[in-house]
Amino acid sequence: MILNEKSVAEIKARMARYPSKKSVILPALTVAYRQAGHLNDNLYHEISEITGIPSVDIAAAATFYTMFPKHEVGKYLIQVCHNISCALLGADSLIEYLESKLGIKKGETTEDKVFTLISVECLGSCTTAPMMQINDEYYENLTREKVDKILEELRNKA
Amino acid sequence: METKILTKYVDDPNQVKIDTFMERDGYKAWKKVLTEMTPDQVIDEVKKSGIRGRGGAGFPAGMKWSFIPKNSPKPRYLVCNADESEPGTCKDRVLMENDPHSIIEGMAIASFAINCHLAFIYIRGEFALCAKRMEAAMEEARQKGILGKNIFGTGYDLDMIVHTGGGAYICGEETGLLNSLEGERGNARIRPPFPAIEGLYACPTIVNNVETLACVPHVINNGAEWYSAMGTEKSKGTKMFSLSGHIKNPGNYEVLLGTPLSVLINDLGGGMLDGHKLKAIIPGGSSTPFLLPDQIDTPLDYESIAAAGSMLGSGAVIVISDKTCMVWVLERLIHFYRHESCGLCTPCREGTGWLEQMISRIERGEGKPGDLEKIEDVCGNILGRTVCPLGDAAVMPIQSALKLFRDEWAYHIEHGKCMVKTQFEFK
Repeated sequence: MILNEKSVAEIKARMARYPSKKSVILPALTVAYRQAGHLNDNLYHEISEITGIPSVDIAAAATFYTMFPKHEVGKYLIQVCHNISCALLGADSLIEYLESKLGIKKGETTEDKVFTLISVECLGSCTTAPMMQINDEYYENLTREKVDKILEELRNKA
Repeated sequence: METKILTKYVDDPNQVKIDTFMERDGYKAWKKVLTEMTPDQVIDEVKKSGIRGRGGAGFPAGMKWSFIPKNSPKPRYLVCNADESEPGTCKDRVLMENDPHSIIEGMAIASFAINCHLAFIYIRGEFALCAKRMEAAMEEARQKGILGKNIFGTGYDLDMIVHTGGGAYICGEETGLLNSLEGERGNARIRPPFPAIEGLYACPTIVNNVETLACVPHVINNGAEWYSAMGTEKSKGTKMFSLSGHIKNPGNYEVLLGTPLSVLINDLGGGMLDGHKLKAIIPGGSSTPFLLPDQIDTPLDYESIAAAGSMLGSGAVIVISDKTCMVWVLERLIHFYRHESCGLCTPCREGTGWLEQMISRIERGEGKPGDLEKIEDVCGNILGRTVCPLGDAAVMPIQSALKLFRDEWAYHIEHGKCMVKTQFEFK
């Protein structure tokens, strides 16, 4: 079992509130991804056992939504917005800067498994561009100086 | 120059607390509708106010509510659309993070109007803070008896659920959203039946944007006449605009509908970044056609922006400087639409892929004669041929850019490089 007691309890509590239990699929995937860092078949089966929803339905939904990584990622998943408002203010150079700081290419994970770097579509932070999301946090109005500080703090915590 | 009705208290961190919200007349309108009004009176008042949907389509909110069948034995549902994913748009987030109770109050009043006892707010998954604030606010409202059973002793029951998404643009489209909320893949649904007849769980359902619902308590408190006195003849009230791009003071600004675009860009936004001249404006989110610098005095209302050849959309104004290659801009946009196409309709699924391939090829300097005509042909075969508006949304900015900036596309194909080299470095 990958899901801990707290996650299982949260999935059950959320499911009880919906008129149709299938509605809990996305919330359950969110709980699972927050705990495990990414989703996979084992988690679909576990959610299926907890909820009684066929795992094929859970997998069908999970694979539609790009917010949930489907393979192992680093402790900190760095998602840089490269959509229009951020791109106009240098998102490409932000990605290049992160690549050089972390010594990896976009899509890769550092050897110590601390950071994974990817680019994503609009995160709804357009008036504070350029920006990135790391796990659940938004980091906005980024400058080189800010990025240096953020990476250093996270590396120290890791 | 701003008219702050919805955003009056968003800069006060205490506004998220129910006590502060109630000291400022919060939940007064909710109490008024429950104790003094009938659902039909609420719908009439909202109809008279002239509020139109703030998510992009601009459909009159009161009229939408009146489509709910009166005699259906099924439960009815209200769903607040907080998927906010049209590129350039980040206004609903301001309300959810800083004034969550105002949205709950709007949702409650709309629920009463359609006789709904369980309402949902579908928040895009990345907005973790919004979901947290909304859930905390709902819990506070339950503790105070503002949500729950027998509210204010009237016998009316209402509860709400925060539902978070998984990062899919299509789920901002109301039928994609409903599928997603039911635990399905977020594909769009064929209409009819419209959600008001068969929506969530095949029951009568109203889907309204966050900003639309946040307007409702103000209409109830101050009256439809007060609301409809603001704005223009057909575009009533205020609207939040997300101003982004090459602008000195980007941000969310609430102004009267009908305010000239120039006031937003030059007065509130402080004008272009130093060393940059205005080249193009996206007025209503990345799906809307471009406006040119000589259209900067266009009033920001549904009719004027339409007459200027574009759409007010979600109110995301993206300002683009003269140091930007438009082929590069369109490559960015089509990449997004291809990524977000749900795959249901062939013209959109295949067409956005072909468009991305062709536009990327031109951007890389490998364009061929005839490419522009082929792009136009593919666009024509997507437009109007899909179940939901995502296909149209992908095509409209391309068609607009081909018309307005054709020389840049032609130069790209002929010389294998940009006429204007895009070079934006983050600081």
